[in-house]
Amino acid sequence: MLTLLVVLPVIGALLLAAVPNADGRKDGLVRWLALAVSVVMFGLTLLLWLRFDNAAEGYQFLQRVPWIPAFGINYSVGIDGISLMLIVLTGFLTPIALLSSWESVHAHVKSFAIFILLLEAAMIGVFISLDLFLFYVFWDAMLIPMYFLIGIWGYDQRVYAAVKFMLYTMAGSVLMLIAILGLAYLNQVATGSYSFDIQKLALLHVAPRTQFWFFLAFALAFAIKVPLFPFHTWLPDAHVQAPTAGSVILAGVLLKMGTYGLIRFAFPLFPEAAAYFAPFIAVLAIIGIVYGALVAMVQPDMKKLVAYSSVSHLGFVVLGICAMNMQGMQGAVYQMLAHGVSTGGLFLMVGMLSDRRHTRLIAEFGGLKAVMPKLTAGFLLMTLASIGLPGMNGFVGEFLIMLGAFKADPRYVIVAGLGVILSAVYMLWMFQRVFYGPVTNEKNAKLKDLSPREWAALVPLVALAVFMGVAPGIFIRPTDQAVKAVVERLDAVKTEHAEHRAAPVPDAVSAAVVAPAEGK
Amino acid sequence: MLSLIPLFPFAGFLVNATLGKRLPKAVSGGLASLAMVASFIVAVMKVMTLASFSPGVRSITEPLYTWIAAGDFHLDVALRLDPLSALMILVITGIGSLIHIYSTAYMHDETDSEFARYFSYLNLFAAFMLTLVLGSSVLVMFVGWEGVGLCSYLLIGFYYKKKSASDAGKKAFIVNRVGDYAFILGALILATHFGTLEFQGLASAIAPLPIEHHFGMLSIAALLLFIGATGKSAQIPLYVWLPDAMEGPTPVSALIHAATMVTAGVYMIGRNAVLFSHAPQVLQIIAVVGAATALFAGTIGLVQNDIKRVLAYSTVSQLGYMFLAMGVGAYGAGIFHLYTHAFFKALLFLGSGAVIHALHGEQDIRNMGGLRKHLPITYWTFLIGSLAIAGVPGLAGFFSKDEILFETFANGHTILWVVGALTSLLTATYMFRLVFLTFHGERRHDAPSAHDTHGHGAHDAHAGHAHGGGHLHDAPAAMALALILLAAGSVAAGYIGRPEPLGGTNWLGTWLAPVFEAPVVEATGEFAPPPGVEPEHESHAAAHEGGHESLEVTLMGVSSVIALLGIGFAAFVWLKRRDIAEGAARSLAPIHRTLLNKYYVDEFYDAVVVRPIHALSRDGLWTMDAKIVDGAVNGVASIVSSLAGALRQLQTGSVRAYAGSVFVGVVLLLGYYFWR
Repeated sequence: MLTLLVVLPVIGALLLAAVPNADGRKDGLVRWLALAVSVVMFGLTLLLWLRFDNAAEGYQFLQRVPWIPAFGINYSVGIDGISLMLIVLTGFLTPIALLSSWESVHAHVKSFAIFILLLEAAMIGVFISLDLFLFYVFWDAMLIPMYFLIGIWGYDQRVYAAVKFMLYTMAGSVLMLIAILGLAYLNQVATGSYSFDIQKLALLHVAPRTQFWFFLAFALAFAIKVPLFPFHTWLPDAHVQAPTAGSVILAGVLLKMGTYGLIRFAFPLFPEAAAYFAPFIAVLAIIGIVYGALVAMVQPDMKKLVAYSSVSHLGFVVLGICAMNMQGMQGAVYQMLAHGVSTGGLFLMVGMLSDRRHTRLIAEFGGLKAVMPKLTAGFLLMTLASIGLPGMNGFVGEFLIMLGAFKADPRYVIVAGLGVILSAVYMLWMFQRVFYGPVTNEKNAKLKDLSPREWAALVPLVALAVFMGVAPGIFIRPTDQAVKAVVERLDAVKTEHAEHRAAPVPDAVSAAVVAPAEGK
Repeated sequence: MLSLIPLFPFAGFLVNATLGKRLPKAVSGGLASLAMVASFIVAVMKVMTLASFSPGVRSITEPLYTWIAAGDFHLDVALRLDPLSALMILVITGIGSLIHIYSTAYMHDETDSEFARYFSYLNLFAAFMLTLVLGSSVLVMFVGWEGVGLCSYLLIGFYYKKKSASDAGKKAFIVNRVGDYAFILGALILATHFGTLEFQGLASAIAPLPIEHHFGMLSIAALLLFIGATGKSAQIPLYVWLPDAMEGPTPVSALIHAATMVTAGVYMIGRNAVLFSHAPQVLQIIAVVGAATALFAGTIGLVQNDIKRVLAYSTVSQLGYMFLAMGVGAYGAGIFHLYTHAFFKALLFLGSGAVIHALHGEQDIRNMGGLRKHLPITYWTFLIGSLAIAGVPGLAGFFSKDEILFETFANGHTILWVVGALTSLLTATYMFRLVFLTFHGERRHDAPSAHDTHGHGAHDAHAGHAHGGGHLHDAPAAMALALILLAAGSVAAGYIGRPEPLGGTNWLGTWLAPVFEAPVVEATGEFAPPPGVEPEHESHAAAHEGGHESLEVTLMGVSSVIALLGIGFAAFVWLKRRDIAEGAARSLAPIHRTLLNKYYVDEFYDAVVVRPIHALSRDGLWTMDAKIVDGAVNGVASIVSSLAGALRQLQTGSVRAYAGSVFVGVVLLLGYYFWR
């Protein structure tokens, strides 16, 4: 089942590759074929959700095939609730991304569609991997289609943005790879065989000093991806230059890879180090919340504004994780989904405006409400979702995160809560300047409102933003067991972390003291 | 069944929001009004059911579904009707219905789609407000709380093409958000300490705790919630959005100021009376803030020239009274004033709307005068409203304001009483200044026409003959109906809370009393004497006993005299000797200017908060982001790339990029392995 989710888009991509379309005459067929594949994929992810058992502990739909036995590398896949929800999000956003590029992408339509499908395959691969090596392969594989999506179909400075995106994430990945290999090695020392299986590695007792370094390597890779302040500067460039489809997927799914990695690997594999570092990361997250919001406020470019707002929103997610309790983590997972929907929607609509006017500068617009009432209504709803109006999806996540963080340390929330005020400031200010007032620029006077295709892309997002806010339980419940497992693991060591706080920094990984796991 | 009350207007919102622009005005406006009336009928039925219960057990709870559940935190969406929310839903749906009906005439010049948009917002506003008062937990209340904030944003900014309107809408939302930030922090304290956000659960958990004479956890929570209330209910320091809210269509002001939004803060304190009673220092703060706001806004109201702005400041001032009442622990009196105020303030705003409607958008009272002859219905109803707000004996405002002042005095807050009495003088003065300048004397055109700046969308169409003067139409039927019913209410509404010394029974006080005490089931008798046991007229407040009666009568006399004095003063100055007012304004020019400019508070906030943050973000952080944070990254990148030029070549290829990174990793690992 899970393997099918990875293979199907690849098959779709191969099929597309087989369509002779050198002169672009079959663009229509290519588009419909890609859309069909992605819709079937979405159906499959929903089926997966349907067959998922909310009450069961551990991973489900497990599958393991030896790959490189000499190093204990397996093709090992399985999902828990957290990965399930992110897979569904991926399945949901991919057709929307394809729809968004229907009319804006005219060059190399075939390659574009192929890259989107390959990207989907890689993203799902990341979420289902239970083997760190496999995870790493997918993790890096994901970069390649994204690199091309930005570099080929992006805006003016696309090459700079693409290279920056690539190098930046690559720098983090390399550190992570070292840590992954190091972990496999530690397992070899402890048990006599290499292993990349996170279920096995979870049983490994890694000495706190060693954890310190491993955690840093993982956390840095993920922090770049999130992106956590101060590693965020690739994001505005990448977003601004990426085509709409790229932005939707980038904001919707790719950023969640970072927070997913923190929850799945960095925190549970190195709980002592996590407990030690959590307050520091929380502070960075809070800085990101306020800083991202303040910088968003003064952006003249809509896409940049939304990009910086992502820095702020993802700061909330990381803060929730650092709270290391049920509410915080649940809120973080939920907020990952909510942000994917609302920010994906915002990028989609900014893309629609940019398709029409070939500019994204706020000052170029004004008074659009009279010209494009449908888009205005959609934009308003997404704005409200994004600023966390109760009843919309943003509120539930933010509230749970704040509740969790408040339990961890009330001071976190006193500062982070300012982000809630600021988000209203920057979003409503943008909304006012773009949609309210008289039409000042003649070019805006005759803009067409949403086409049926755009309507089809936008309505599901808006409906989901409301539905998630009214009935969040449907999206929270599947993640219950998975989150509980992480929190329990962290709880076990939370009380001890005070003594490690004083521990001197180890000088090398060789200082590792490895002990076999005590059976659980 | 309870959920129908907010659902009717919500359904009206959905229909008008989606299909509205295709519907003729009669249908969209009629549907919206019908939704409100239906909601009112259900509300009346439910309240009658509630009243049939014995006093100790008066509540109906309707759980709907589990909203948020995570770990040990669990929150249901549930509605709860008790005597307090019962009063609120009657006010909201009743006065709300009248405002809807009035609006069908007032907004008639708008296009079909704008008309439908207006009514969809109006319905949504009512739906959120009803959710706010019916919600059985802090968080469901918060849904309504932020929801009315949203609707005020939409309605104040209804004439979105006007920058001042969209600015005012945005200001309302953001200032409210500042309060909401505090509110959420307060809610988090409660959730963390008590594990629940249900009002009932909180009240029973708090009741047995000792009263905090020093600032403790409960006090902090209460203070934070109160800060939230200062945003929603326009108190110092967050009142600044309300006077600007008049940018919206006039019936919206009536809705915001009278029946809905701004009363939310007062209601919230009443709802959490047990918590606030445990934080006496916070109550003290509330009382002082309320009294200060009442006086402060009253002085501003004295010199404003825009008919709606005068009324806006009078709302801020009257809300101050309500908070004063809450602060001295007279919750019943505060809610009583909320209820009577809803009648006369709705009446006054709708009356001012009728004036503006007749004058095609003119709002400056310097350009009015003599309208009494042309607009008799508007005049007489407006006069009743003014008498009521001024506190003339026998009308609604008299009873409630008197009760507040009496409770303030009786609880030993003499200074606050003086402030309250002084405000009462101001109220009578500025209200009758408004009445005399608008309706009496001769028609004037003293100020430059306001049409260019205040033109109301469609009203612009016939701005040309606004000053032709000849023929002014009084309120059309739908508007007149609302005015007359509200005028009747402004006269009669006070009698359900008639004080005992005047031979009445404070029926409202008795009805509300159980709400402000800990839930009967859980608490011991000490905290909540079962109200049914005692004779009804005694259970309200011990203060009403014995010697207090004569005090109450005396105070009543004092406030009556004050009200008449204010009216007389206004009559003397603005009817007979307008030169005195002008002379005073000239000789006290600095004071006059300060008042006219509202003490420059907006300018102060702008200079101290808005500009610095903006400058910091634009010139500080953003520059830093590009130069330093990103600069460091680019610097590192260039060093790395020059060191590893060959590697970088590899990474620009497609498959090679991946291979490259694996390669680096493997090399490093092997290197480490052998080096070790």
